[in-house]
Amino acid sequence: MLKMTHLSKAYRTEVLETYALRDFSIHVKEGEFVAVTGPSGSGKTTFLSIAGLLEEFTGGEYQLDGANVRGLNDNQRSRLRNEKIGFIFQAFNLISDLNVQDNIDVPLRYRGFNAAERRRRIQEALSRVGLSARSRHYPAELSGGQQQRVAIARALAGSPRLLLADEPTGNLDTQMARGVLDLLEELHRDGATIVMVTHDPELAVRAQREVHIVDGQVVDLGAQPRSVGNAFVANAT
Amino acid sequence: MFAYYFNLALRSLRRNVVLTALMIAAIGVGIGASMTTLTVFRAMSGDPIPQKSRQLFAVQIGNWDPQLKRGLGASSDNLQPQLSYIDAMALIKAHAAARQTAMYATGFALTPSNPEVRPFQVQTRATYTDFFPMFQVPFRYGAPWSAAEDENRAEVVVISTELNDKVFAGLNSVGKTLNLDGRDYRVVGVTGHWSPTPKFYDLNNNQFDKAEEIFVPFTRAIEAQMFSWGNYNCSGDVGEPGWEGRLRSECVWFQFWAELPSADSLARYRMFLNNYASDQRRAGRFTWLPAIRLRDVREWMEYNQVVTNSARILVLVSFSFLFVCLLNAMGLMLAKIMGRASDIGVRRALGANRYAIFSQCLIEAGVIGLAGGILGLLLTALGLAGLRALLSQDVGRLTHFSVADVSIAVALSVGAAVLAGLYPTWRAAQVQLAWQLKAQ
Repeated sequence: MLKMTHLSKAYRTEVLETYALRDFSIHVKEGEFVAVTGPSGSGKTTFLSIAGLLEEFTGGEYQLDGANVRGLNDNQRSRLRNEKIGFIFQAFNLISDLNVQDNIDVPLRYRGFNAAERRRRIQEALSRVGLSARSRHYPAELSGGQQQRVAIARALAGSPRLLLADEPTGNLDTQMARGVLDLLEELHRDGATIVMVTHDPELAVRAQREVHIVDGQVVDLGAQPRSVGNAFVANAT
Repeated sequence: MFAYYFNLALRSLRRNVVLTALMIAAIGVGIGASMTTLTVFRAMSGDPIPQKSRQLFAVQIGNWDPQLKRGLGASSDNLQPQLSYIDAMALIKAHAAARQTAMYATGFALTPSNPEVRPFQVQTRATYTDFFPMFQVPFRYGAPWSAAEDENRAEVVVISTELNDKVFAGLNSVGKTLNLDGRDYRVVGVTGHWSPTPKFYDLNNNQFDKAEEIFVPFTRAIEAQMFSWGNYNCSGDVGEPGWEGRLRSECVWFQFWAELPSADSLARYRMFLNNYASDQRRAGRFTWLPAIRLRDVREWMEYNQVVTNSARILVLVSFSFLFVCLLNAMGLMLAKIMGRASDIGVRRALGANRYAIFSQCLIEAGVIGLAGGILGLLLTALGLAGLRALLSQDVGRLTHFSVADVSIAVALSVGAAVLAGLYPTWRAAQVQLAWQLKAQ
């Protein structure tokens, strides 16, 4: 599903070249739930940005769902992002002047679905996250946990092949965080491929496997296969 | 997606009412100022008879010694814009054009049949019957007088619909009589609303005055010795005293127009005029080289400087002001759009390409422009009302706002706002996705 090989990301100034990722390789298979951990500044978010086609990489190869993304133009990257990836952000990133259903509608509009199809998908996604009754509410009228559920519904509505979550519980209290994590696990059990960046080891444990990044490189944590739900997958880096 | 973007634009504008109001005000004030001056400018410079402006020609004949110091009313080429009676009559008799008319501004004292209404003066144009078809004068009742009535100096008149309303309560007055300067004149026609702006057929007198209320045969006016109410210029020699002396003088006071529908007829008429001027020289009347000019309506307006340089400068200044307003609007738009960079980042992450962001922001700019245009129209109406109150009634006629002016204002406003929105929109489309989302 997601395969990066010897990937690097450098930020260059006239006098300095800083690598956020260096010789970075990772392979996430279809249906996996992977936690990406590491200390602050290790390159977790850069990895997620590149994985989500939000940022370009400097060297190496990246294949998303079998397609090589190197050299794609903005149009192609946008379409790929829209069709194959669902984002769940730490700060939810809901658009404040759109209500719940209009927020979920945003990626579906860019996908070009007709009104009936969009309506069906919005209802399904809301039902999935248990917020059908809140479809007309605005983000400011929802709790943090509910907002994150809306963000998850938005990510799910387009039936993406890959869910990318950046500290999805970072802005939530323990109880809300547990609810969101339960939802992600449920999605995974239903077959979703999830890559979740977190610096919280307790959350990482809930994933199927953990990839640790230090100084922009994957660090081998040893063979520690874990079972989550019905899936059982060995470490694969 | 247009409807979606339009809806998003309305939501976005509602989000920050003060900023939105400032942007709309900046554009509205600029549009109001520029459209006020543009409306007056267009009325001054517009083609008053677009269907025929290339077929109607004002005639000039150099009957004054070009070595003489320029007299009052002389133009840059030292030709007089009007003709003497001698030349006007010679051209009329030659009848070398498809249609032609000599004319001058004069006036009558009208004594109403109702003794309770006091007599009043009415501006009158003495002309030939060709005047009406040449200048496409519409008729509400009746028709122009005939060529025979021209010939016979008939006591007939065509009156304007306004005068007909005033004197005959708007009823069909054809066949009725009007007491003018103590004599009865029979009404043969009533014009429809007709008042070209500028009054191109006689730019020597008040260029923006309304059309005359009475039209009388030229021959009748000369017979009745009706004096000119317009410009009457002499080169120094005012001729012999009395009416006959005036007619025999070289003083100029007649406008002359010829209708020449084709290039051939124009060339033939030019040759005819040259031959006429040469004949006059041979006869000893002119001692200088023949000088004649034929100018069509637009050339005639240019020659008579209907649009003054100060009017052009005023338009330039007001459009410069619009430019400054647009710069302000652009700054405000930039602030507004960059304030929403996070939303743009989210949309990009969710699949919007740069074109989609560009379209969304430009439509928002267009909506601001539309609102600015509506405000601009209101301010233009206010500005024109102010001009009407300040300026004379004649110039006030230039301050009417047409459907075309409304369209121009709205198109200008939307276009200007979209133009002002281009840079902020381009900046929005360049939002660095990852950085923007990290900054949340």
